[in-house]
Amino acid sequence: MLSNFQLLVDFPATNVQLLLDGLMIGGIFALAAYGLALVWGVMNVKNLAQGEFVIMGGYIAFFMYRDLGINPLWALPVAGIVMFGIGWLLYGLVIRWVIGRDLFTSLLATFGMAIVISQLLNLVFGPDVQTANSGLGTRLFLGSVTIQEIRVVSLVVAGGLALMVILFMKNSRMGQAIRATAQDPRAAKIMGIDTDRVYAFTYSLNAAICGVAGVLISMIWVIQPFYGIAHSIRSFVIVVAAGLGNLPGVIVSALGLGVLEQYGGFGFGTEFQQAIVVGLLVLVLVIRQIMQARHRQVVQ
Amino acid sequence: MKYINKFAGMALGMAALSVAAAAPASAKVEGDTIVLGSAISLTGKYSTNGVHAQNGYELAVKRINEMGGVKVGGKSYKLKVVYYDDESTPARGAQLAERLIKQDGVKYMLGPYSSGMTKAIAPVSEKYRIPMVEAEGASRSLFTQGYKYLFAVLSTSEQYLASSIGLAAEIAEKNGKKPSEVKVALAFENDPFSQDVRAGVLDDAKKYNMKIVIDDKLPRDLSDMSTTLTKVRAVKPDLLVVSGHSKGAATAARQLKDMQIDVPMVAITHCEAADIIGKYGAESTEGILCPTQWAETLSYEDNYFGTAAEFDALFKKTYPTYNTVPYQAAQASAAVLVWKDAFERANTFDPDKVRDAIAATDMQTFYGGIKFAAEGNNIAKPMVLRQIQDGGYNVVAPSKWASSEVRWPRKPPMN
Repeated sequence: MLSNFQLLVDFPATNVQLLLDGLMIGGIFALAAYGLALVWGVMNVKNLAQGEFVIMGGYIAFFMYRDLGINPLWALPVAGIVMFGIGWLLYGLVIRWVIGRDLFTSLLATFGMAIVISQLLNLVFGPDVQTANSGLGTRLFLGSVTIQEIRVVSLVVAGGLALMVILFMKNSRMGQAIRATAQDPRAAKIMGIDTDRVYAFTYSLNAAICGVAGVLISMIWVIQPFYGIAHSIRSFVIVVAAGLGNLPGVIVSALGLGVLEQYGGFGFGTEFQQAIVVGLLVLVLVIRQIMQARHRQVVQ
Repeated sequence: MKYINKFAGMALGMAALSVAAAAPASAKVEGDTIVLGSAISLTGKYSTNGVHAQNGYELAVKRINEMGGVKVGGKSYKLKVVYYDDESTPARGAQLAERLIKQDGVKYMLGPYSSGMTKAIAPVSEKYRIPMVEAEGASRSLFTQGYKYLFAVLSTSEQYLASSIGLAAEIAEKNGKKPSEVKVALAFENDPFSQDVRAGVLDDAKKYNMKIVIDDKLPRDLSDMSTTLTKVRAVKPDLLVVSGHSKGAATAARQLKDMQIDVPMVAITHCEAADIIGKYGAESTEGILCPTQWAETLSYEDNYFGTAAEFDALFKKTYPTYNTVPYQAAQASAAVLVWKDAFERANTFDPDKVRDAIAATDMQTFYGGIKFAAEGNNIAKPMVLRQIQDGGYNVVAPSKWASSEVRWPRKPPMN
């Protein structure tokens, strides 16, 4: 283990590799985490099916790649649109009945959805690990650092999509309605905003963002019907670490988590790559608790 | 109304119970049919291989029945298998084994798919002293429990990649290097099966005094091993060994290609199951070594299926959706052959006598030799190592069965 960290000193280029890989994968994490923060902030629903939405997006890319012979890069818009529709459907079927209920109702409902989605994917596509191939190549830098072009594309897509969502929230009618509803649903309702539609739209937007993230994942990593949970946990860690309603925080902590995973995996072995994520969640919660306790004391 | 419903429910429940209790407890042989039982993964994460195994069982049953069935006491019996879907969960598997034995009265069992499921079911069959011939649980740990009624036709897990170490030593000597100079990188999933594979590799590496430069564990839900490969690029091992079921093979092959990792020798388990050639193309998987329990090119044969190649052809004809025959199916068929052979030698249906007949098995099949050690594992069949060459799998080790020269060094995959 110590010798692994020694390697970082002996071979400085590995640092560059880990940093780049981490930042580029972190961009994708940011997407799913942002979607989670959106639903959490606006609807107060903690969507445990977040990772399953990601995997569904991945399977849309895989389906287009394997069965239709289309380059999975085209799945980016397709998955966005299809997942938006699925999000709307799931909102009507499940989510609208649990908004405003207590925490456990929505947790149970979304957890149930997560199980149903992964089992359905398993029935349709089988339990095997799958990938989609973008056909893009790999560039070699500094003699021993490789950058896959698809990772660069991912970062650009993730950044572009994030920018689009931010502009949409700022400038469009629906964006304003979403922000108004997030601030005070009752007041928004009195002002004539159809909050039910706002919720439906928010949830669908989240599903669409996750779908796009999933397409990128399928071209960089591998997908499997039961891999959603890892992506869900990541999203939760990122949002909790950033603090709710803190968009720049979500991006920074997603990129940071990407890099940390890479360094953690390098230092402690790939097995601990995800354990580190959960460890970090505990750490963040403990630190927050201490900070809040201090705050409470001051108030007293 | 509510009360009436409740009573109706209770009455129904009682009726169901009494039916269950009245079910025949002597279903081992029904008329002229011998009933074997198996809990197998038809849904859930193991379902792909579970179905391969079921197809293998069914093909052998069909073949044996066509060829006159099983002759016991001068009478000819047909074989039949009762299946339950264990949903790929061990707890369910153990429950279903109980149900097969206690409710359905099954006296002879075929195994489930995977070491994990076998580990869950073996204690049940052992408790009721029901012999089980299994074909899909390779973990070494299954054969260190002192089980008396568990028999496996496949080679155990520690043999999977051990031959790659021998091959690396051979190549080193050919190139004027000492085997002890060979640097080995290991990446193994942290599950019983892969850790057994690792133990076998470590044992052999120790024998040659090779140096282990990387020893990483992979998580159960692996989808990224770029950090391990970054390490590999830094320390430049002579041999990289990876085992993590299909996901390990899929992830390793993808990232070896994407990161253009240059290692002269790479050995990975489950290449065929993950279909890495189909996924990433012949060029970027060229030279990868893959261990297999069985290959259709091997020169094994028996009286039921003929040669390995003939089994391969018959399987594809029976199940036209298969392009290649997975070894999981072949070994499942072999397990049924063991049952037939044992029944005929025992010449009785007494489970204990049949058990003893199985223990004394010494036969040649299209799948290889079958002879059980006292622990129940098959000691007559070696693992073979195949290399991906020009988009096909060719046997390169052990030399007795090799059909092609090993290609060394492996060129870095470009894309």
